[in-house]
Amino acid sequence: MSTFNTTYDPYASSRETTEGTVYSVTGGDWDQIATEIGESKEERIVVNMGPQHPSTHGVLRLMLELEGETVTECRCGIGYLHTGIEKNCEFRTWTQGVTFVTRMDYLAPIFNETAYCLGVERLLGVTEDVPERATVIRVMMMEFNRISSHMVALGTGALELGALSPMLFAFREREKVLDIFEHISGLRMNMAYVRPGGVAQDLPDGSLAKIRETVKELRKNFKDNEKLLVGNSIWVKRTKDVGYLDLAGCTTLGVTGPVLRATGLPWDLRKTQPYCGYEDYQFDVVTANTSDTYGRFLIRMGELEQSLRIVEQCVAKLEKLEGAPVMVADKKIAWPAQLALGGDGLGNSLEHIRNIMGESMEALIHHFKLVTEGFRVPAGQVYTAVESPRGELGVHLVSDGGTRPYRVHFREPSFNNLQSTAAMVEGGQVADVVAAVASIDPVMGGVDR
Amino acid sequence: MSDVNDLDGGMFGVKGTGDTSGYGGLVRTAVRPGSSQRPYGSYFDEVADELERAYPLFSDAIERVVVDRGELTLHIKRERLVEVAKILRDTPSLRFEYCLGVSGVHYPEEQGRELHAIYPLLSMTNNRRIRLEVSAPQSDPHIPSLVEVWAGNNWNERETFDMFGIIFDGHPALTRILMPDDWPGHPQRKDYPLGGIEVEYKGAVIPPPDQRRSYR
Repeated sequence: MSTFNTTYDPYASSRETTEGTVYSVTGGDWDQIATEIGESKEERIVVNMGPQHPSTHGVLRLMLELEGETVTECRCGIGYLHTGIEKNCEFRTWTQGVTFVTRMDYLAPIFNETAYCLGVERLLGVTEDVPERATVIRVMMMEFNRISSHMVALGTGALELGALSPMLFAFREREKVLDIFEHISGLRMNMAYVRPGGVAQDLPDGSLAKIRETVKELRKNFKDNEKLLVGNSIWVKRTKDVGYLDLAGCTTLGVTGPVLRATGLPWDLRKTQPYCGYEDYQFDVVTANTSDTYGRFLIRMGELEQSLRIVEQCVAKLEKLEGAPVMVADKKIAWPAQLALGGDGLGNSLEHIRNIMGESMEALIHHFKLVTEGFRVPAGQVYTAVESPRGELGVHLVSDGGTRPYRVHFREPSFNNLQSTAAMVEGGQVADVVAAVASIDPVMGGVDR
Repeated sequence: MSDVNDLDGGMFGVKGTGDTSGYGGLVRTAVRPGSSQRPYGSYFDEVADELERAYPLFSDAIERVVVDRGELTLHIKRERLVEVAKILRDTPSLRFEYCLGVSGVHYPEEQGRELHAIYPLLSMTNNRRIRLEVSAPQSDPHIPSLVEVWAGNNWNERETFDMFGIIFDGHPALTRILMPDDWPGHPQRKDYPLGGIEVEYKGAVIPPPDQRRSYR
């Protein structure tokens, strides 16, 4: 009969090192760990949280030094989702770059695409030539995207603090927005819909009616989460005065977005440095003056309604622009084919294929050259920025005059905002770390790129 | 500094012979925007004037001023970078209180100034943007750190060190941030390969992206 050691727990073992005892906790018997730690003389504990942890918004690793329940030091470890997108872009055409950058901040793909395309268009000098209909569609898609992104921020943020129902409501609403994306672009995420010079395809028939209906539904449904969380005493206790970061802190750490607006500064690039014609839309910049997690939460809730307002104005504009082009007129830049829905899914329109394969040799050459070789972009560098759900999303593009980017760099708001974690959580309770990180709303795809 | 990139010969990435397209004789030069003369237009003159007034060493520190596509770039000598940054941040009429990170660019053909660091600055007070550009030779890749001026540049400088091997002197903890600590090389330098494997599809083999025809 074998002697099985019943005191050994494979999931909660400990070993001695020169730095002290190291416990590996991956589930298992917490009582045993707690007793063991309680017996030791050491008061200072270093806890490694993540990169595999349900409340770190993806693969974020936090190294927390604790004195009892108080966090004395916090360090972030990132890079677990680094995919080399910036380097990859240097080996594809300017148009193909859209397909890469859309995958950076995967909760806000339209913002990545738009910021990138605005940069390419400025390099090409065609900013003024982008048709109005394309710009309005971009704005509408961005605002829908802001809603879906804030929904994840609110839903997962609440979930991480133990409130399960807000997540169900938030994802229900997000699903409706993703349905709109699917209807318009064929894809729910990573759409590569915004292209240099315009958008990949015009809105399909019946879109505006569907959008109008969705806006109505969303406006009604937003109230559910509002009722659940705004003023909820447990929620307020968990978030009020938690993760405090004032204006000076935001400025020196380069923090933008809802975290900055929660300090009371109404800095929103849509208002202060309008792009895509945002100066023509009526909306308010939502601010709070608490500089804490609750203020950031209220800002995100408020921005949902503002985004709906902008979407409604977009729909009104699009109605007037029915049939207008959605891609620049310059055939040396414009993608030669519009997409169409065929029997086998979304692809080049049959009409276009008939033209290049059967009717015009020149059209075929043109298509082939533009699709395989791409267009040349005059040498130089630009920096374009848009207000993404997380703050200033900046794109630094360098061209050497070729058909591929010489350098693509994304100034990701998640990356810079995440730096403020230490400033927010040090000196606070360990349970508040989760609330503070959730209020920054970092998306690791954007942080690591 | 040369404004002309190396002359591209032909339509494809193949160097020397191997170009069967018949267009091998095509020579194309790409000229990057050079120095600009006053007036720069927009608020750029005002920024330059204010900086000149607040900083006596202006003509020594600023190598050149480039205005291109509605954006102002100040090329700064690396040893003067921190001084200029402090003045840009602290002078009330300039007040560039935000630094939006740093982006590296590698120009292997620029002898003696292969590595560039580019800092986009934002003034919320005056609602203005400018850009600083600093270069360093690959043999001596040192640029002073701006973390003491804008603390938020900490991670951005670590990323640029990680990707380009630019050593930011004075950075509190210049370690790799995205790549593993023991990673060899700096991946976004132009001489660092993209990597990748060839893919076979129905008998045809597609080479990895960095070995495909490049149509340059």
